[in-house]
Amino acid sequence: MMRKFAGLVASLLLTVIGLLAVTFLIGRVVPTDPALSVAGDRATAAQLAAVREDLGLNRPLYVQFGRYVAAVAQGDLGASLLTGNAVTSDIARVFPATLELATVGIVFGAAIGIPLGVWAAVRRGRLADQLVRLMGLVGYSAPIFWLGLMALALFYARLGWVGGPGRINVGFLYSVEARSGLMLLDCLLAGDWEALRSAASHLVLPGALLGYFSLAYISRMTRSFMLKELSAEYVVAARAKGLSEARIVWRHALRNAAVPLLTVVALSYAGLLEGSVLTETVFSWPGLGQYITNALQSADMNAVLGGTLVVGAVFIGINLLSDLLYRWLDPRTR
Amino acid sequence: MVIKSPQFHARLHRAGEAWQVFARNRLALVGLGLVLLLAVLALLAPWLAPFDPTQGELLSTRLLPPSGTHWMGTDDQGRDILSRLLWGSRITLFIVVLVAVLAAPIGLAVGTAAGFFGGWVDQLLMRLTDIFLAFPRLILALALAAALGPGIENAVLAIAITSWPPYARIARAETLSIRQADYIAAIRLAGASNRRILFGHVMPLALPSLIVRVTLDMAGIILTAAGLGFLGLGAQPPSPEWGAMIAAGRAYVLDQWWVAAGPGVAIFVVSLAFNLLGDGLRDALDPKGSD
Repeated sequence: MMRKFAGLVASLLLTVIGLLAVTFLIGRVVPTDPALSVAGDRATAAQLAAVREDLGLNRPLYVQFGRYVAAVAQGDLGASLLTGNAVTSDIARVFPATLELATVGIVFGAAIGIPLGVWAAVRRGRLADQLVRLMGLVGYSAPIFWLGLMALALFYARLGWVGGPGRINVGFLYSVEARSGLMLLDCLLAGDWEALRSAASHLVLPGALLGYFSLAYISRMTRSFMLKELSAEYVVAARAKGLSEARIVWRHALRNAAVPLLTVVALSYAGLLEGSVLTETVFSWPGLGQYITNALQSADMNAVLGGTLVVGAVFIGINLLSDLLYRWLDPRTR
Repeated sequence: MVIKSPQFHARLHRAGEAWQVFARNRLALVGLGLVLLLAVLALLAPWLAPFDPTQGELLSTRLLPPSGTHWMGTDDQGRDILSRLLWGSRITLFIVVLVAVLAAPIGLAVGTAAGFFGGWVDQLLMRLTDIFLAFPRLILALALAAALGPGIENAVLAIAITSWPPYARIARAETLSIRQADYIAAIRLAGASNRRILFGHVMPLALPSLIVRVTLDMAGIILTAAGLGFLGLGAQPPSPEWGAMIAAGRAYVLDQWWVAAGPGVAIFVVSLAFNLLGDGLRDALDPKGSD
């Protein structure tokens, strides 16, 4: 057990160092000279050299990498050129918006995707199965930013059913105190029901859209896990015992499929945190994705790489968490 | 006169059987048909496109709705959208082919080497693969494209760098099972070198699973490329890249919906085609993977 744990920690460390190495190297291949962007293009050669010395740019690459790792370990991702703030505090400010969006998305995707997958497995080869497959195929094939644009044009502009871009109507923006950074929670804490309704109506469309993309994956995996369980011998035994079909499917088979399903849900959650980049751009959602894209457009490399690093770290963290959960829930892996 | 070896006949026979399984799947045939259609349209774009894809009549044909002359309408620069979509199919095809040509051989080489040699080679290569696998693909592609500068070649490079790890995993798994086979032991006894076994026997056998996976990945590659284009990091204007066309239509989506609708439908249909084709190939070449 201890050895396994040590192995896990070692591979985790290696992955994190790999992540750091990649963001570091990307930062080094940028065609613009980092010293030039600090000193400005009117700096003299001597000033440039001083800045270069100051940033450690004339040291060997491995020394620079060491400095970079040490800085990141202290939570220092550099300053953003665009906002003038430390990238770390910028990210802390925008991350809750992404978290809220992705969480609504995964709840939507799992709550609908799992029952759909079970349904498709029970009705294998029939119309229901084909319909679920078609839904999944559309989810795998449609560009999310385009669906978002079209949905915005239809449900917001034409039908007026949902709130538009942004997280809440502008009128509420400064009346609701930001305590958790999660808009729904903040509105609840403030006891402001009007604001809550506004926030929910803004969240429902991007949330549902993100959820649809995880639904495609979750329902497909649920179907395949359930098909495996439903052909197992214990299902035959349960049928012979006279259990109702509903009980067999929902109580016995789904429960056995639940453990691998949890991994699938965790992985799609991590995927949504990443996938929100395009969705946030379309819906003007002030989260991490929009932060990164804005930084990209103004060549703010510190912010881009800081954001990349955070998303990568969250990705690795969720992977690890689902791995640990799997081991804990499934006694066979111990 | 060339004498065909029995091996060649066996391969031909197996390919014939796979084709029969594939052809029974009607959706897969539709996918294959659409992919072939895309190739033909891309090839014939200069002759098929009714208008200039990059130069429009700003004064007379700006933002026209679909009509008899402009089947899919015109955009804000007065350019015919159908013509742009036809020319854009070349870019899509270019991206897909180039990513496959770059990423698949890397994955195949890394995976077969790791599986075949085992030991520390395996450890090293698979650790490296895991590191790349842990990255969120779009974000890494974003950061790379931002660092290398916007442009279609850099977008392709970024996507290829994020695409090879799953191929390496598959190639390794295939190699591990092939390595144990009796006929590998037999040719080794017959004096075949490592190189010959690896290139002549292991790689060809690992190829079908890899092809299936690459085909299934095509849709994801197209969507990532379109996403990069949409964010302004892929092909640059006035190039008729589909993702960038959607971005250009964004401002007019409320009133002139056709500007963004056309390229979106094009991306969707092509991704769907590759997904259907990939599903069919998987069922035909790799029966274990179906369901």
